[in-house]
Amino acid sequence: MNFFPTPFQTRRAFIGRVSQGVGAVALASLLGKGSSSVHAAAARPAARGVVHPLPLPQKVKRVIWLTMAGGPSQFETFDPKPKLASMHGQPMPESMTRGQQLAQLQGQKLVCHGPQFPFAKFGKNQTEISTLLPHLGGIIDDVCLIRSMTTDAINHDPAHMFMNTGAQIAGRPSMGAWINYGLGSEAENLPGFVVMVTTGPGRSPQPIATRQWSSGFLPTKFQGVQLQSRGDAVHYLNNPGRVSRAQQGADIAAINALNRQHDAFVADPEIATRIAQYELAFAMQASVPELTDLRGEDPRTLALYGCTPGDGSFASNCLLARRLAERGVRFIQLYHRDWDHHSQLNEELPLRCKETDQAAAALITDLKRRGMLDETLVVWTGEFGRTPMSQGNKGPTGRDHHNKSMSMWLAGGGIKRGLVYGATDDLGYAATENICTVHDLHATMLHQLGIRHDAFSVKFQGLDAKLTGVEGAKVIDGILG
Amino acid sequence: MAAGPLFAADTLPANIEFNRDVRPILADNCFHCHGPDASHRKAKLRLDVREVALEKDAFVPGKSAESTLVELINSKDLEEIMPPPDSHKKLSARDKAVLARWIDQGAVYQKHWAYEPPVKAATPAGANAIDTLVARRLAEVGLAPAPEADRRTLIRRLHADLLGLPPTPAEVVAFENDRAPDAYARLVERVLASPHYGERMAIGWLDVVRFADTIGYHSDNPRNVWPYRDWVINSFNANKRFDRFTLEQIAGDLLPDASQETRVGSAFNRLLLSTEEGGAQPKDYEARMVADRVRAIGTAWLGQTTGCAQCHDHKFDPITQRDFYALGAFFSDVKEAAIGRREEGMLVATPQQEKRLAQLEAAVVAARRPVQRRAAEIDAAQVEWEGRAIAASAPREVAAALKKEAARRTAKEKGAVREHYRAKVATVGSAELDALAAAELARKQYADELPRCLVTEALPPAQRRKVRLLPRGNWMDESGEVMTPALPSYLPRAGFEGRDLTRLDLARWLVARENPLTARAFANRLWQQLFGTALSRVPADLGAQGETPLNGALLDWLACEFMDSGWDVKHLVRTIVSSTTYRQTSVATPAQLAADPENREFARQGRFRVEAELVRDRALAAAGLLSPRIGGPSVKPYQPARYWEMLNFPTRDYVPDAGEAQHRRGLYVWWQRTFLHPSLLAFDAPSREECAAERTRSNLPQQALVLLNDPTYVEAARALAGRILAEGGATPEARIARAWQRALQRAPRSDEVRTAVELIDEHLRIYRADSKAADALLATGDAVAPSGIDRAELAAWTHLARVLLNLHEFITRS
Repeated sequence: MNFFPTPFQTRRAFIGRVSQGVGAVALASLLGKGSSSVHAAAARPAARGVVHPLPLPQKVKRVIWLTMAGGPSQFETFDPKPKLASMHGQPMPESMTRGQQLAQLQGQKLVCHGPQFPFAKFGKNQTEISTLLPHLGGIIDDVCLIRSMTTDAINHDPAHMFMNTGAQIAGRPSMGAWINYGLGSEAENLPGFVVMVTTGPGRSPQPIATRQWSSGFLPTKFQGVQLQSRGDAVHYLNNPGRVSRAQQGADIAAINALNRQHDAFVADPEIATRIAQYELAFAMQASVPELTDLRGEDPRTLALYGCTPGDGSFASNCLLARRLAERGVRFIQLYHRDWDHHSQLNEELPLRCKETDQAAAALITDLKRRGMLDETLVVWTGEFGRTPMSQGNKGPTGRDHHNKSMSMWLAGGGIKRGLVYGATDDLGYAATENICTVHDLHATMLHQLGIRHDAFSVKFQGLDAKLTGVEGAKVIDGILG
Repeated sequence: MAAGPLFAADTLPANIEFNRDVRPILADNCFHCHGPDASHRKAKLRLDVREVALEKDAFVPGKSAESTLVELINSKDLEEIMPPPDSHKKLSARDKAVLARWIDQGAVYQKHWAYEPPVKAATPAGANAIDTLVARRLAEVGLAPAPEADRRTLIRRLHADLLGLPPTPAEVVAFENDRAPDAYARLVERVLASPHYGERMAIGWLDVVRFADTIGYHSDNPRNVWPYRDWVINSFNANKRFDRFTLEQIAGDLLPDASQETRVGSAFNRLLLSTEEGGAQPKDYEARMVADRVRAIGTAWLGQTTGCAQCHDHKFDPITQRDFYALGAFFSDVKEAAIGRREEGMLVATPQQEKRLAQLEAAVVAARRPVQRRAAEIDAAQVEWEGRAIAASAPREVAAALKKEAARRTAKEKGAVREHYRAKVATVGSAELDALAAAELARKQYADELPRCLVTEALPPAQRRKVRLLPRGNWMDESGEVMTPALPSYLPRAGFEGRDLTRLDLARWLVARENPLTARAFANRLWQQLFGTALSRVPADLGAQGETPLNGALLDWLACEFMDSGWDVKHLVRTIVSSTTYRQTSVATPAQLAADPENREFARQGRFRVEAELVRDRALAAAGLLSPRIGGPSVKPYQPARYWEMLNFPTRDYVPDAGEAQHRRGLYVWWQRTFLHPSLLAFDAPSREECAAERTRSNLPQQALVLLNDPTYVEAARALAGRILAEGGATPEARIARAWQRALQRAPRSDEVRTAVELIDEHLRIYRADSKAADALLATGDAVAPSGIDRAELAAWTHLARVLLNLHEFITRS
């Protein structure tokens, strides 16, 4: 977790109070630090990471990454393919697929499967997207759509690792960890990297592992912290039994007092840090509930997102993402699962669109209204795309995993608005124009944050390990305004 | 050319040493393009091999002013300067001066230190060699050793390092009062003989071999491997020679004296990650498994990071891609499905259990005889039944078979019909059949309860997997050569050439006297366990990107002593903990902190927060809740609700254990790779998805939340409070004294007593006024709260106990 280190003076100040016992003074001091305020983050000088000064102009301060886990089909969302529609039911041209690695369709008969829902033109630029996404259509001129995304992996677990860490092997830091390591966090009493996963009723989707927000070989404090929508928002946030905040404060004051007394004998520099962390833990016990309490939100805002506070929905998480952004959290990642439509594509995909469309669009609108969109990068993507071929061996028709073409969108600071970037072949099998890789996407994100991706490395296992890998990556200049 | 270094020459070492001074500069700045990796090499120049560098006129030994290298690193021309600007690498003025002086002194190369055989330095007889070698180094750098720590610290340190458990207050007092000259030596022997020694030693080994209860990928389902964990504990307790320990893990199935025990050791080969993901490609996961196994050998035994060579020749170390896949080929005979559910594994029975199993088997055989005697009758009755059987009333499979003519049924169908008839229908011979069924059920029920463990089974040669060299690590590219097992080309291989090699050969080579790495890697990690920092700073990497040890002579001596002793682990432990160096105080003077802030020279002992598992052990021990039981299935402590919500295929509920299992040591906690218990994670326990030779030691607010609010620690605090009130006497002061003894094994100071009294008074006031609040706090956890104690008082003292369990001193080894 990337909290501000408490300045050393704090410790000295506390030492002066020890003789007064653990009563009023220390407790008042602890309680006084209770809640974070929206304005506190803005008023603070920027926290420093290891990249200082920034080599590039910083276009955005933070990233909100909307992970559509399972791999949404581009053919029912962002990549209209009239030719594919006209070949629906016909064999896929062998020239396209011969010798290629597929996932569950390997060795099966390959049949073209046209888009299952109509597309329509939206916005000033008449961008063509699925009619399943009307809210996004309403703000499509604020968004940059990429239709030529690719990835290296075709199974969920490695593909998520690749998207999150730039490597398919466990043990690498995730992007949120890299960014907090590089830039530091501006959040007071909150982690610099927060993860939320939609919860609630529904089918059983693909599992997600905590390694997706791991700090890898970077210090543990940079790891993502999952915010739960039920129970303790952060593990062990609540006091046991009915222990009051004042009682908790008294215990922490005693712990810190005894630690300081001990320090007088052993002069251990870790003790100052330990004391600071107990103060932060106590502050967090107030700041996290303040963050997740949506009662102060304007009802019109709730209606914009379409959320009921506390429901654990994607919509609630989008609203929380904005609140986290306001509080200076550097990297906010939302997972919405169950996009893995090997079967029941026509039944399930519209539901996922309905669950996410309004809230994702609302997030852009809300950030824009508050003047925050220009300093935020919002990314919407799955871990891979899906095949233009149908899959029929798992029940009602769906599509298989696919890594040679996928669609995604970005919005925010420095990203061209209303642009459609890149294209796939007529059948949507492979990206053909302005092909983008996951490493390119990472490079572009770092670039917008003011970091040169090829110079941002950490020594690990004999390599200058980078988020963008060793094989070279390019900033996607074509989407930058 | 004006090579005139801007760097004050007198601050450079008089004699430049290649490994110490030059190699790090070249490795960091030059080897990427001019190093071992042929595919990235520029201008065909390599600077890691002197002959090639000379051939390409990189420098003229003895004459820096005439050397191209010196000219280029000092060039002002951006087109010409080395390293080039777009590499984002830059030499400092000092680096440039070092390189120039090195060339002037003849540009002498050394082989990388860790690939040279370790040399045992001569040390005076009668003195502890560790102390001699540390003293030599301290004299060089101008530091003086710290005085010996006090007795309480020494016994607490030994217990922490070798048992992972605190001593009892009585043990501390006994040692403090033991004035015999051999008091410490006897303490060491007592600790080494404790059965908890193996538990403590196992923690580091389980990290390095990535032991976990689940498969790791995707569904992260359970697998049976815990008997291997117990095998590790038992091996350390029995002081199994480390060479034998190695052979059993890598080739326990191939040993001439293979036994159940050695086969359980061979579970090592099965500890890698696997998947059950639908649609996963077997070739993809075969490639992952090869790489996973090579990385494990690299981390656990060789101290080499081999991972890079999966895709290309290592850029800094001499390991090539061929070496990587040739190492992987040693494991091509390990029977292991690339995809899918792991098998149940080998039955692991104790001799008594085997005896019981044999009895039950004999009972089955005995019960079969009467059935066989009446077989003709029974079968005739079956035929007769089949004629009139109503298929609909039978299970689907049997019904389908019955619809076929008897002669046309498959063997499986025949079996199903017969089984169904005998179990459900038969009237002729039913007593005999029932007796047989009962005997079979008893045997099955007993066998199902016995532990099982995934182990290594060797495939016959014809069924071994092909291991190809994968160009750029790409498993879809099948153009690479098929590899046969071979040992790394850059390490000594005498005695392992000119024949086909097996896993057993690999294991023997790892612990061959000529292998320069294994003993060093082990000794380096052991030093880390006993001082907090390894001698060569990166224990997973003794290669070029690791760190040349500041005291290489010491690491070499330990490695040689380890091998000379017959790979005797307890001997090595005893040798280190008996040294004066080990017994130094860990309290640093301001001068020491300034001169050596990270304690790299060991002029004092280390102070560090204990490992995640031991934080738990300490709290449960202080509370008197800790179960001393050793081994057995992994356990599930309290865990936040819905923490496993995102696991799927299948979804599963976390059911915490009840009773004694709730209070087992941390190393027995269920190790769910994708969702490790959050309290362990908070204290930096690794997920064990990859081999880990060291743990980070973070200091985070989550740790405070765990110790304050995790029910395990709240329950421990209440239990500790109960003990304090039961054992501590009548006065607050006496009770506080007891509390400090149980938690910290020392008496409280007067300022601490004051703090404690104030705190208890404050809480007691609250709980006297609000008894429900007391009940709510005391209800945490399963352990029964002692009766006969005033509940308000117990609640108030629970707060003090909680404060103690949260103290920096409580979780610090000093």
